[in-house]
Amino acid sequence: MSKRKVAVVGAGMTRFVRRAQETGKELSWQAVRMALESCEMTMDDIEAVCLGTAPDAFDGVHMKGEYLSDGAGAWRKPYMRSYVGGGTGVFVPIQAWYHIASGLFDVCLVVAEEKMSSYYPHAQAAFLTIFDHTTERPLKPNLLWIFALEMNRYMHTYGISKADIAQVAVKNKRNAADHPCALLGDKNITVEDVLNSEVLAWPVNRLDVSPVTDGAVALVLAAEHVAKRITDKPVWIEGVGWSLDTAHWTNRDLAYPRYVEYAARMAYEMAGIKEPRKEIHIVEPYDPFDYKELHHLEGLLLADRGQAPQLVADGVTSRNGDMPVCPSGGLLGVGNPIAAAGLMKIAELFWQLRGEAGARQVPGHPKRGLAQAWGDLMQVGTVVIMGR
Amino acid sequence: MTLLERDPHAPPTWQGSVPVTNRYTFGLAGDRFFRAIKEQGRILGTHCNNCMHTYVPAATFCERCLNQLDDWIDVGTVGEIVTYTLLSVNYDGSSRTSPELVAFIRLGDGGLIHRIEEVNSEHVFIGMQVEAVFRPPAERQGSILDIAYFKPYP
Amino acid sequence: MTVKIKNFPGTSLSEQDIADGKVFSLHDTMRADFGWDTGVAVGRYLAALKEGMILGARCRHCRKTVVPPRQVCEWCYRPMSDYVPLQDTGIVNTFSLCYVTWDVQRIKEPEIPAVIEIDGASPLHGILHKLGEIDPKEVRIGMRVKAVWKPTAERLGAITDILYFRPILEGQP
Repeated sequence: MSKRKVAVVGAGMTRFVRRAQETGKELSWQAVRMALESCEMTMDDIEAVCLGTAPDAFDGVHMKGEYLSDGAGAWRKPYMRSYVGGGTGVFVPIQAWYHIASGLFDVCLVVAEEKMSSYYPHAQAAFLTIFDHTTERPLKPNLLWIFALEMNRYMHTYGISKADIAQVAVKNKRNAADHPCALLGDKNITVEDVLNSEVLAWPVNRLDVSPVTDGAVALVLAAEHVAKRITDKPVWIEGVGWSLDTAHWTNRDLAYPRYVEYAARMAYEMAGIKEPRKEIHIVEPYDPFDYKELHHLEGLLLADRGQAPQLVADGVTSRNGDMPVCPSGGLLGVGNPIAAAGLMKIAELFWQLRGEAGARQVPGHPKRGLAQAWGDLMQVGTVVIMGR
Repeated sequence: MTLLERDPHAPPTWQGSVPVTNRYTFGLAGDRFFRAIKEQGRILGTHCNNCMHTYVPAATFCERCLNQLDDWIDVGTVGEIVTYTLLSVNYDGSSRTSPELVAFIRLGDGGLIHRIEEVNSEHVFIGMQVEAVFRPPAERQGSILDIAYFKPYP
Repeated sequence: MTVKIKNFPGTSLSEQDIADGKVFSLHDTMRADFGWDTGVAVGRYLAALKEGMILGARCRHCRKTVVPPRQVCEWCYRPMSDYVPLQDTGIVNTFSLCYVTWDVQRIKEPEIPAVIEIDGASPLHGILHKLGEIDPKEVRIGMRVKAVWKPTAERLGAITDILYFRPILEGQP
């Protein structure tokens, strides 16, 4: 099976804010314009557009893909919208990747947008629909239940404390203070701040959670022969993987995300990576809650089961450490507009691997990065590996 | 009982609803468009000099070339009917006592969907000129309903 | 590139901006009422709940018993061969103490959602429900619990025919 090489050549994003005046269309357009300007391309150069966005209910617009298409630059172009819950942000670049790797297109625009603030009064209520309508919704569950239940099981299985986990929130929010688009960057936050914040659903406190956010991110992907003309620093997509576990979430082991492992293995094999812990220089796992970063590091085989908190405690995962994790500040620091959050991580790797991340730059000329997202009813894992 | 047999005592359907309430902002262009309707009784469009296209309702960017649109134009309050229909039932299927006339009215290179009144339905035709009738300024809220309806022009 | 850009787009609004009328906004509600078909497997599950029983399904090929029952085994994709009556007792696999309702209202006494592995099903196979008759501070993973049912006449054939699960105390069945 011959696949062409594909590179990311441009990226752009809006600020991630709690509520934006812009409509979803305008947010998408702002991100697209920046992405095109970053590699000096115009809409005439773009051959196809892939857009990712999460449930229509958030923006309150049915068939959101069509609604956002003009802002995504898709007028009279081949266009596809994908949605796999929170995994969308890392899935939509995979979709654009195979648009180009297959030979069908040479240049593709990737867009991810979310306007959660439209859901009134609070976007969390929309998540009621994630539960089974006959066997679970009558119990009036809320999204916090799922995370709290999973976090508790993870803590119990490996004997991890809330303080161990809170370190992740502290690391990411401090990292985010250097991100110009961040909503919750905080240079001075401490573990005590996190542990003393309001208890929402024990063991989840307010500062363990990423906020409802509006935002959009866009990337330009190009085939090898085009990429080399546009930039002397293309960032290649070396591996992709995605996997889905059962929707019957009460029928599986909540302490270990095996669907992330399956997605990661698919990506590692494609990228020819035999020892991920040595060969991956930057990791951007999905961190809507602080324990998820640890959970996912284990699923990505970058830490032994139950051992991820030790890596954080030892400073391995800080920006100056041996394996920086979420140097961007992640969802906890920058914000969580569901689909755009995952694509933000890909944009971050793009800037990091080119040495353009400014104050967030990981030292030492990192060559390879991995971004991962997760979503639906805690069952989808999507992974992309990028390298110079 | 075989796997495929339905249990006669099982509840056949589960009733429920999906709660969705939204509060929309109108966006950068939308806000200015509706402010003009509310405060000045004017309908505005934005013009793209690259594509020679005037968007109504006003848009922040041109969807054809993605340029930012800073050229705001008053497109007037008179337009021609591009197409129309007569509604005999409400959207929930209940009957109407009298039919409602709804049309797409060309303004700039875009237009608005709105009601047509003060005319007999037999006299309406595609190409007919109609004019916006605004509510009194005190009643306007920054909504498409600040225009009560369109009527024949002149 | 992020180094070179000084101003990122995106205009932030506060609740006060909207309350003050600095920008326009519009409220709308979508009516979405449904009559969902319960399906064959879940239909049987609900009918069994009405009779005061928790039903599972077994795949002989994979030797796995799942709950709630389903028509097809996810692992081998064969039809699930048997419906299996399960116990109405189990073990707490995980739990939470939730002080916020689904529509973001704060409550004083926490709800205690839990995943309860049902006796008779395969390990790590359970259902979502709530715990009751217990001090929130006393809840532990691994506790044995038993379902508390609604009186027969009040049952509808729904997951709420079980009010909650309570701890099984010393000496109690």
